[in-house]
Amino acid sequence: MARLASYLRAGLRLAVLLGVTALMAAPSFEAAAGVELPKLEKGKGEKCVEDTAFMRRNHMELLKHHRNETLRQGIRTTKHSLKACVECHASGKTGSVASSKEDFCVACHSYAGAKPDCWDCHATKPGKHSVRQAAQPAVSPLMPSSGGRQ
Amino acid sequence: MAQQLCINQGECRTGQFFALLALGGLVVLGALFAFFTLEHHGHILTGMNNQIVWGLPHVFAVFLIVAASGALNVASIGSVFGKQVYKSRAPLSGMLALALLAGGLAVLVLDLGRPDRLVVAMTQYNFKSIFAWNMIFYNGFFAIVGLYLITLMDRKLKAWSKPVGYMAFFWRLSLTTATGSIFGFLVARAGYNSALMAPMFVIMSFAYGLAIFMVVQSSMYRWNGLRLDEGVRRRMKNLLAVFVGASLYFTIVFHLTNLYFAKQWEFERFILLDGGIYTKVFWVGQVVIGGIVPLILLFMPRSKDAQSMCFCFLAPFLVILGGVAQMYVTIVGGQAFPLVMFPGHEVQSSFYDGVVNAYHPGIYEWLLGLGGVGVTFTLTVVAVRVFKFMPQDDFQTLQARRSTD
Amino acid sequence: MSDSMNSKLEDRRHFLKTSAVVAGVTLGPGVLFFGVAQSRAPEEGASSNQRWGMLIDTTKCGDGCSDCVTACNTENGLTGHTGPQDSQWIRKVDIKDLRTGYVQSLPMLCQHCENAPCVDVCPTGASMKRADGIVLVDRHSCIGCRYCMMACPYKARSFVHEPLTDQNPEVPRGKGCVESCTFCVQRVDRGDKPACVEACDTKGHKAMLFGDLKDPESEVSKALKSSDSVEVRADLALHTGVRYQGI
Ligand code: SF4
Ligand code: SF4
Repeated sequence: MARLASYLRAGLRLAVLLGVTALMAAPSFEAAAGVELPKLEKGKGEKCVEDTAFMRRNHMELLKHHRNETLRQGIRTTKHSLKACVECHASGKTGSVASSKEDFCVACHSYAGAKPDCWDCHATKPGKHSVRQAAQPAVSPLMPSSGGRQ
Repeated sequence: MAQQLCINQGECRTGQFFALLALGGLVVLGALFAFFTLEHHGHILTGMNNQIVWGLPHVFAVFLIVAASGALNVASIGSVFGKQVYKSRAPLSGMLALALLAGGLAVLVLDLGRPDRLVVAMTQYNFKSIFAWNMIFYNGFFAIVGLYLITLMDRKLKAWSKPVGYMAFFWRLSLTTATGSIFGFLVARAGYNSALMAPMFVIMSFAYGLAIFMVVQSSMYRWNGLRLDEGVRRRMKNLLAVFVGASLYFTIVFHLTNLYFAKQWEFERFILLDGGIYTKVFWVGQVVIGGIVPLILLFMPRSKDAQSMCFCFLAPFLVILGGVAQMYVTIVGGQAFPLVMFPGHEVQSSFYDGVVNAYHPGIYEWLLGLGGVGVTFTLTVVAVRVFKFMPQDDFQTLQARRSTD
Repeated sequence: MSDSMNSKLEDRRHFLKTSAVVAGVTLGPGVLFFGVAQSRAPEEGASSNQRWGMLIDTTKCGDGCSDCVTACNTENGLTGHTGPQDSQWIRKVDIKDLRTGYVQSLPMLCQHCENAPCVDVCPTGASMKRADGIVLVDRHSCIGCRYCMMACPYKARSFVHEPLTDQNPEVPRGKGCVESCTFCVQRVDRGDKPACVEACDTKGHKAMLFGDLKDPESEVSKALKSSDSVEVRADLALHTGVRYQGI
């Protein structure tokens, strides 16, 4: 038994060596209980594409689903696209969702201890091809689209 | 704790043990430093680029991985072919195989552009990719050889060591074949596209693995103030000579068959004649230091009392150096040679088409590559210290056998 | 994913389908004005009824002209630097026949191979081919091993060696991943041509034709049918989406 234990210990050492790189931060709201909630800048437009409460918990799933559809299948709907998030939530001050501590994405993620790597590749500012402009009239031609016209 | 577990013959040189450990640890730390630096700044700090995409880290990684499979040879000869001398070395051989693979994989992982996605690599497989198969083989190797070690070292499970040994034997043959195929499948590149790549890797793995085993074994005996039995020594020496000879033979066949195909001439000219550093590394490193000199040393006739000059350390050590040189020529040289897109044409572009690509490894690549060796070294030092890996020879039978053969 | 979420996504799909019909009616000719054959509704994915391809006429390609390269860099947010560690998605290659001395110049880019070696070797499946033949790197699962770069016969791929900022929102790219020409997938999905082709057209060279190889009526199909063209490294039988004329 003692020998088994030392096998395990040796194995563990190995695992630690190999596992250094696999560290991942687990996002959790509960963990930060007691800290004051981040104050978020209000997005453009009347309301988000989904309930705020739903979005708070599930936006990552929606985004993940959407990114796979867009990239792998070429489905280019805009409702749950990251670009659309950025267009509505880019800060009035910095023009970005993630360049200062108060910006929409960063403010909440740092509160929740989440470290997504979206911004390694994705732009944090809206571009000249607005997704909302193209899509909004199609979805609801009567509602003026206020998002992303900049 | 260490004091208790110090079961090797000879005194327990705790101070020196920790010195070795510190040395190994330092090298590993160096690799971690390089890793975090690259993770932050990107590979821009290395000498690798869009032409030489695999550099020094891969040279070390592939060498260690290939050697890992070869290091298991000793155990296989013991378990699968039932040779007693090798049987008593099986645990050391298995442990070395694991340490080498861990070292090689560590470099491979630390050099990834997105090492944070290791989880993706471990969970998402494209089964068409030989590279993905390699990951499966590597993981399986850890499991099977680990199990094998347990059956070898635990009295109650001893009976299982033979079937598990067989499994390990076939598994690692597949592993090296797969590793060789990583290169063999690169049809577009003149330096790699060869069916000989996989078998050549298997043979070379035998040589490199055994060489590393012998170096470690010599060091352990010296460390404990013991002398390896002359009969054992002779056997391993001859075996190494066979493997080194076979590797040389394969190298010759590889280049000869390439010469047979006119379209490969340019590449052969490059490696054999005018490839600058690669030609030099090939002839001086791979052929002379890694092949011819060790063969001479191994076969050099010696008088009985010159036994201390057995080259049981030097010859395999040179084989190891030659092995690293071979990997350098294969991996870096193969990329340095311009990719042929328009046969019969002279090509020129802003993307370095048609030119021999330059590669100047930087400090971070060295740190990463050597870090793999450091991982292997540290694991070995610890394992040898904590477990009973010293080969337990039955000297009387050896003596008896020696007088008969 | 939770059940409620699934049903939400289902709802959404349904909703989008209905609204697409409405959109078609509402917008009518206004939207469909540009490139009828190519554009499709956003919720409609890439389809295997199409295969995007390109025909490059090297006799029309100007020696020393690099308008396609510039256009690509602008569209995709590349610096245009040409150091050994810089990304180049399209490059001009000058070739000289060693026997005759005949000199030509041509653009080289990802050939969007049907049997793409990069896709075959990629361990995680990050290198992938869309149903319509466009070969892309899914940067969400690319681990940066660079095996695809070793495998590509055209050196079409680049590895991003340093952190990037201010990317084009439509073209996400970042450190540690491999990238290559996407046929400007963001434009193609809107019904536009790739930036390089457009630039070549506007400058009047018209050396690059882009279109659907499966549509016999497309300009590129007709051109392919009426004259000889080749794949580069045809011996590898990769059935490239990009073909050349005049070499
Ligand atoms: S040209 Fe290269 S990158 Fe493009 S599809 Fe073919 S193999 Fe892949
Ligand atoms: S670098 Fe990325 S895309 Fe290329 S083979 Fe590796 S994981 Fe696949």
